[in-house]
Amino acid sequence: MLNEFFLLIRDLVCQWGLIMRDISLHLMDIMQNSIRAQATEINVMLIADREKDELTVEIRDNGIGMDESLLNQVRDPFVTTRTTRKVGLGIPMLEASAERAGGKLDIKSQKSKGTTVVATFKISHIDRLPLGNIAETIMNIIAANKEIDISLHLSNKQEEFNFSISEIKKYLDGVPIDNIDVLIWIKDYINDGVKTIFGGVLNEVPG
Amino acid sequence: MKSLAELEAIRKKAQEQISVREGNERMRIVVGMATCGIAAGARPVMNAFLEELKKRNINDVKVTMTGCIGACRLEPIVDVIDSNGKKVTYVKMTPEKAARVVAEHIVNGRVCVDYTIGAEENK
Repeated sequence: MLNEFFLLIRDLVCQWGLIMRDISLHLMDIMQNSIRAQATEINVMLIADREKDELTVEIRDNGIGMDESLLNQVRDPFVTTRTTRKVGLGIPMLEASAERAGGKLDIKSQKSKGTTVVATFKISHIDRLPLGNIAETIMNIIAANKEIDISLHLSNKQEEFNFSISEIKKYLDGVPIDNIDVLIWIKDYINDGVKTIFGGVLNEVPG
Repeated sequence: MKSLAELEAIRKKAQEQISVREGNERMRIVVGMATCGIAAGARPVMNAFLEELKKRNINDVKVTMTGCIGACRLEPIVDVIDSNGKKVTYVKMTPEKAARVVAEHIVNGRVCVDYTIGAEENK
């Protein structure tokens, strides 16, 4: 019964307008959890498998992690918002978005090792959220967190695109990664990657 | 396609400028980027600030983000803080408003009073 009540509240919250319009906004939100968990590395993977009709979004960090009792509670907005602000509504909302699109959410975490969040979506599902602007999410996170090593892996099972701050820094020779010209270049670079990998694979990305 | 050669050119340009502006942060723009802010449209606002600063070639202003300050109904919320620590809080921001804040507040030093939290609360 408690579970039903929780599902009701979750849906209410989503209907009240506090809702993420696309996957890139969910990504922004989940990456903020990693930052609050003091991660120094965040790896983001987006894999579109047309054969399986499945889009996988994985966010892996090396932050403080969660013990089992907190891990068991993160899907419940009541408990999490009351006892800790580390996770809040972001995880329940992502879970709702995944489940609405025939997918699911999986979280693995180990205290002081890090946390991995994996959301799957059925690509062709009518309620699947569009990808949104992945490049803008990554660029904004970098702008405000220049000390975090962020990497991005995009794949459509045939081609790959890889981006990592540590690679880019080799070209910068001491110029800060949050230099505005560098940031805008990063955004355009990732946008090219998204178009190359997901164009024609995800309907909303022009091929 | 964006190339690494372009990144090299950016690096060279930046290295020429660095000596002039080193350690010189004139202002700081802080965008609220918790779940409430993101859902209300904070990311396009932050993006607009960055794009606008680039367009005007302003590189002594830093754009960064913070968590939830507890006024979720007023999100997206943006603080503009000058080098003396004086803070102006803008609420219910949009990319269009961000462009005006850069033009008037950041460039010309005139606060956009009608977007501030004070103006919102006196409505």
